Amino acid sequence: MKRRTFNKAIAKGIATAGLAAFLSTTSWAADTIKIGAVWPKTGPLAGGATVTQGPNIEMWVKQVNARGGLKLKDGQKMIELIEYDDKTNPGEHIKAVQRLATQDKVDFIIAPYGTGFNIAAAPIYAKYGYPQIAVSAISDKIEELTARYPNLFFTLGTTTAFVEGVRDILVDMRDAGTIGNKVAMINVADAFGIELADAARPIFAKAGLEIVYDKSYPLGTPDLSPVMKGAKASNPDAFVAWSYPPDTFGLTEQAVIENLDVKAFYTAVATCFPAYGGKFGSKVNNNLGAGGVNPDTPEMKAYFKAHKELTGKDADFWASANTYVSLQILEQAIEGVGASDKAAVSQYIKDNTFKTIMGDIKFENQFSNRFWTVGQWQDGVFRGVKSVNVDGAASVRAKSGWN
Amino acid sequence: MDILISGLLLGGTYALIAMGLNLQYGVARIMNLANGEMLVLGGLAAFWMFVAAEISPLLTMLIVAPLAFVGNWLIYVFLLKPLVRRAKNQGQLEVDSILATFGMSFILVGIMVMIRSEYFTYSFLANPFEILGSTVAENRLVAFGAAVLIGLALYLWLNHSRPGMAVRAVSVSPDAAKLVGINVERISALAFALGGAVTGVGGTLISTFITLDASVGVIFTMKALIIVIMGGVGEIRGAILAALILGLVETAVATLIDPGLTLASAYLIFLLILLFRPQGLFGRRST
Repeated sequence: MKRRTFNKAIAKGIATAGLAAFLSTTSWAADTIKIGAVWPKTGPLAGGATVTQGPNIEMWVKQVNARGGLKLKDGQKMIELIEYDDKTNPGEHIKAVQRLATQDKVDFIIAPYGTGFNIAAAPIYAKYGYPQIAVSAISDKIEELTARYPNLFFTLGTTTAFVEGVRDILVDMRDAGTIGNKVAMINVADAFGIELADAARPIFAKAGLEIVYDKSYPLGTPDLSPVMKGAKASNPDAFVAWSYPPDTFGLTEQAVIENLDVKAFYTAVATCFPAYGGKFGSKVNNNLGAGGVNPDTPEMKAYFKAHKELTGKDADFWASANTYVSLQILEQAIEGVGASDKAAVSQYIKDNTFKTIMGDIKFENQFSNRFWTVGQWQDGVFRGVKSVNVDGAASVRAKSGWN
Repeated sequence: MDILISGLLLGGTYALIAMGLNLQYGVARIMNLANGEMLVLGGLAAFWMFVAAEISPLLTMLIVAPLAFVGNWLIYVFLLKPLVRRAKNQGQLEVDSILATFGMSFILVGIMVMIRSEYFTYSFLANPFEILGSTVAENRLVAFGAAVLIGLALYLWLNHSRPGMAVRAVSVSPDAAKLVGINVERISALAFALGGAVTGVGGTLISTFITLDASVGVIFTMKALIIVIMGGVGEIRGAILAALILGLVETAVATLIDPGLTLASAYLIFLLILLFRPQGLFGRRST
């Protein structure tokens, strides 16, 4: 292609896109409230986001619109949802938020998916003043971040709390004589895995747990058998992997093949996915993983049922519910204020208690200190077994073989 | 022993990833950046057939192969042939085909996201198998066996059959091949379609032990590129050897030094080959 025709093609493309945006912003009357959402529909995080993030947004919008929309002072308004794919690229995410703010002029934006994205995009949400109720973001820098961004809220917990949940389980099992002291620990070599492994080393050591195997592997490693063979050779009593979705599946499969016979087997993200239980069935009975839910409360039962009915998919047993809770908080705050006023809604979130499917949620210093840290597959259901300030934890069971 | 066996199995996986691209780039001269997506599509077919109808991926493979062959033939005839005809030289064709197939990769990702945006996870032959005192997964062993068969079949076909000879002739010099009465366009289409079929089948096999999703294709494209360039463009033996070397080195580094260094070691070998043998292990020095 000649450069001139190429430039012409680009100019034409931009003009068409601009026209489309113009049409989309003018064709809607003022009786709707516009909610934006930017999340990865493609790219490395898409596999997780399409389980945890997308369906809950879909479900929430359907439910609110089915009851006639959000109740504001000047009447009830239906939600008009504007979604963009950030392609798992922080630059794309920031561009999309800018577009939502300046072109689409949305009233509110649903927070990003993933720890890195919530932190990377916080300045742009703050710049336009959108309240950002982060869900899938776990960090030890919450205090620092919330001090810097007055519109940023955290709901899923801290890195240290997640490590302490695992430590408590291992220490309890050791004190009961179920396992010994030796822990094999591996982590995925990216921000999430490195932060958790760094936090775990001193915390485990202080609890008298000995880390006998401590390695990292690159994200997307096609063959995890050397890692699992190495872990097995270290003869551990417990196995802990700070892992990401594709590796969580891969490590578990290798553990089955190598027959890594430990009484405590923990993998992090995606252990709570229905697909994990679906893939391995009874083999993963009593496997531990990040997150958890109490599936027995009437609210949670209703939530799982509605999720399946409205989206056709099963919710995961962890952050799906938290994501829905964040939308309930946003909904109640908007209706509480009664207007599309971003600053007032942020303030309302800080000042009030919210009734959600996970019970009452209240923010202190923009942080909700109520979350599940460890769950366990128990007879086909992934139940929360360790939490911070949430009731209904099941008791931990020892794993016995991969059958 | 563990290293040797695990490494060979991983090498077999890599060979499945790279053999198709080798044919497409080496013969049809199409640098196919949608190669990884074609592979993931094969995996999606396996997942879908397995979950919906409990059809073994080994059977799905037999369905995927002709479908991918026809699909890639059509892609070549309708999308790529105009580029080939228009291109004044090899460089221009490369740039055009990279842009065209790059665009195609987005379309394929979009289609797959519509079909299934979550992970393609299922369990097939995820059982341990003892081989010379080392434990390996059955599904990996099956994939390795298939890689050996496909590689052997391709090698024999290319070197001991008339159409195979024509393919090699086009690979060496499309212009000279024309002079001796070879229909270069048809042979190129054949090579492209065959390459696509091999990649699709590779994806079907790989999905039994690697959890794929709609967006993961680009990782396989990169790996395939490295292997094809390491082995020498258009050389099936080179691609297989490069794949095995990569598998063995990555496994050795993961076992003996640190799993965190596997990627670094792969790129180190790639760099060394580029420095000391830029035409690839089996490649011919360009004149």
